[in-house]
Amino acid sequence: MTDPLKIIEAAESAPFISPTVDVGRVMRRVIYALLPGILAYIWFFGWGPLTNLVYAVASALFFEALMLAIRQRPLWPFLSDGSAVLTACLLALSLPPMAPWWLLLLGSFIAIVFAKQLYGGLGYNPFNPAMAAYAVLLISFPLEMSQWLLPLEIHDKLLNLADTFRYTLNAQLPPGITFDAISSATPLDKLRTGTGLGQTVSDIRNAPVFGIIAGNGTEWVGVGYLLGGLALLGMRIISWHIPVALLLALAVMAGTGYLIDPQQHTDPLFQLFGGATMLGAFFIATDPVTAATSARGKLIYGAGIGVLVYAIRFWGAYPDGVAFAVLLMGMTAPLLDQYTVPRVFGARRKSWRG
Amino acid sequence: MRKLWSFPGGIRLPGFKQLSNSDSIRSLPVPERVYLPLRQHIGAQARPVVTVGEHVDKGQLLAEATSFISAPVHASTSGVVINIGSHTVPHPSGIAEECIQIEADGEDHWYPALAPLDNIDKATPTELRAAIREAGIVGLGGAVFPSAAKLKPPRSIDTLIINGVECEPYITCDDMLMRSNAEAVLRGCVLLQRILSAGQCMLAVEDNKPEAMQQLRKALDILIKAAEPGAKDIELVSIPTVFPAGGEKQLIKVLTGQEVPAGGLPYELGVVCLNVATTAAVYDAIFLGRPLVSRIVTVTGSGISRPGNYQVPLGTPIQLLLDTVGVIDGEAKLIMGGPMMGQRLPTGHAMVVKGTNCILVNKPQPKMTPMPCIRCGSCANACPMNLLPQQLYWHARGKTFDKLERYQLSSCIECGCCNLVCPAHIPLVSYFRYAKTELADQTFKRQRAEESRLRSELRQQRLEHMQREAEERKAKRKAARLTSKKKTVSTKVMASPAVENAPHSMQVSND
Repeated sequence: MTDPLKIIEAAESAPFISPTVDVGRVMRRVIYALLPGILAYIWFFGWGPLTNLVYAVASALFFEALMLAIRQRPLWPFLSDGSAVLTACLLALSLPPMAPWWLLLLGSFIAIVFAKQLYGGLGYNPFNPAMAAYAVLLISFPLEMSQWLLPLEIHDKLLNLADTFRYTLNAQLPPGITFDAISSATPLDKLRTGTGLGQTVSDIRNAPVFGIIAGNGTEWVGVGYLLGGLALLGMRIISWHIPVALLLALAVMAGTGYLIDPQQHTDPLFQLFGGATMLGAFFIATDPVTAATSARGKLIYGAGIGVLVYAIRFWGAYPDGVAFAVLLMGMTAPLLDQYTVPRVFGARRKSWRG
Repeated sequence: MRKLWSFPGGIRLPGFKQLSNSDSIRSLPVPERVYLPLRQHIGAQARPVVTVGEHVDKGQLLAEATSFISAPVHASTSGVVINIGSHTVPHPSGIAEECIQIEADGEDHWYPALAPLDNIDKATPTELRAAIREAGIVGLGGAVFPSAAKLKPPRSIDTLIINGVECEPYITCDDMLMRSNAEAVLRGCVLLQRILSAGQCMLAVEDNKPEAMQQLRKALDILIKAAEPGAKDIELVSIPTVFPAGGEKQLIKVLTGQEVPAGGLPYELGVVCLNVATTAAVYDAIFLGRPLVSRIVTVTGSGISRPGNYQVPLGTPIQLLLDTVGVIDGEAKLIMGGPMMGQRLPTGHAMVVKGTNCILVNKPQPKMTPMPCIRCGSCANACPMNLLPQQLYWHARGKTFDKLERYQLSSCIECGCCNLVCPAHIPLVSYFRYAKTELADQTFKRQRAEESRLRSELRQQRLEHMQREAEERKAKRKAARLTSKKKTVSTKVMASPAVENAPHSMQVSND
């Protein structure tokens, strides 16, 4: 007997209007929306983010094609859907800029092969591939994963594009420049170690890596992601629920801490524009495949990530917590969906629970 | 201004209405042959009352209604009945059903016995309903439910809603009807309101049809000035253009803020909802004495050279209609109904029936290959019934029927919104139709299994009962035998009736 599902997909039935959206277009728009953030990143930190993007995108496409071939899936529809490129971009922007080539290659490998294709490819992955890869790399390569660049404004030693590529390939810097001169712990990291040593937040924030509202440079990258995120909201590619719930929960957590003890806690704005908050809120937590889907589910999912991000940043062992928070809340998504089924039109009560 | 509500989801669609609504309604030459299916409505098939070879006039009864939910069929032109038998009907599978075939004599002569209802102003609701029933009127919006049955709800009605929304793209037959014959629509409203003795009557039109609204306003003003009883109770309501605002449940929500209970019908809220074309047909039946023998059909699409609205006799072969209006592209697909909820017809052999509001012929478009679902949730945002199409899709694929029931697949109205907004181009509606039939099949099988379980349980009980009886008899015999050793003579006489009885009782309990 022929598979009825095949017949359904082949049948010609209503609606007979051509759809105006497709997966590829959605993915491409999300990638375009990353541009303000990427440009700010390059403006403030040099070519490092670009080398990350190049390695990640190239290797992700390679692994995607390889896995599709092994799984005997059509190559072109899936390579052109933009999902692998988007995963690669998110991974590249999460890793320290100017990371060695193999770190990105390995990251793409974990993201595409393990987190995505082995689970069944696009739409079937239970975890956000970029974040899964980030978490594995952070645990496996703590040193490489903590070598962040200083903003150009501080060290004034701009590596040109060729130098940047050379460094990522063979770890050789041009003569006269040491890696220590251009690298630093992230503001969030500095804050965590500083408060751990008993310093007050206001003292710590006198260091040059801090800017007006958050990290020097990174705050503007955050603004860039925020702009891109607002564009996605405007295009209705993402709904407001997850970013708003996430940012609000994070702000409430930080605000409460700040009100209780401003020496130990930063103000909410610092948390919102520091670290990967904006990237996470608008681009990572909103990944539909791994997030909750009902409106109420999204609110809980987003708020959960916000709370976890602050908890990890403040009490955890890692300077930033977006990846772990997203992965943890991703596990709850199916359950959230099951408990937040909206009331069907005309149904008397909430339709069902559990 | 009346306060309006909104329903969940819905989408804004390009209208494509200007393709077909620029010219007035045209009529077709009398077709050579018409094919009138005995079932053009929901409910029992009509029973023929004419024989092959008989000459019939236009409007003459051909087949009578056979139950409360059924509708008669009338000749749509004058001519000779040449066959009563199977012919392809408009259905995606191209199946054939019983049709009465008439060879037209070209006279198009009305049946002389047809006359307007006597003394309309004094007619009782029962008389009016009977006239509507005899005229073969069914819901012309596409649902084809017998109108007389709808007008006899089991409880009192306070709101009558006349649906002139016509939310599907391309279709303009109701629009053109309201523009050209607003008076018939309004007089029909008055009649329907009288039948239902409904306190209020709202005629809703989407705000993309200003001309229709203007004509209705004008006609209503004239009726009110003429002190036509009931006219001042009609309220014309312009509603926002959002698909599917013309769905019965959605329209009731927009106008009253109430939701028809899931699995229930509008009368439960004290609401009855009828289409404008149905209302005009009621007017024709009562005031002109004309049964439903033709309807306005929108013939449109990029594949039609002269798109427009046509007054088409029922039973006219669709191919004839297409030949008259001119099809540009031989490859074009034939769709009956609108692009959102219509059905693809395999051939033009089928005919125009009471439910045919639109024949859409669009140039072929590239078929989209479905991609995996990325759980984006666009479908849930678009669903006017607040369902989760994406969950339903997973469970339809996985055939998890209990989950399909819990996620209330039965509430799906198959409007196609989810399908259209899906970026992965998954044919969601096809999945839901499939799952619904599977679900119905499951329920049927479950019922049968339940019945047979009951039967086998009863049989078991009977067998046990028989066994008990047999044992009791055995015990009795034993006891008798024991006593017989003492009283030897009487034993045989006592035991024999019990033995004779045994096969007899078995027979009885086996039935």
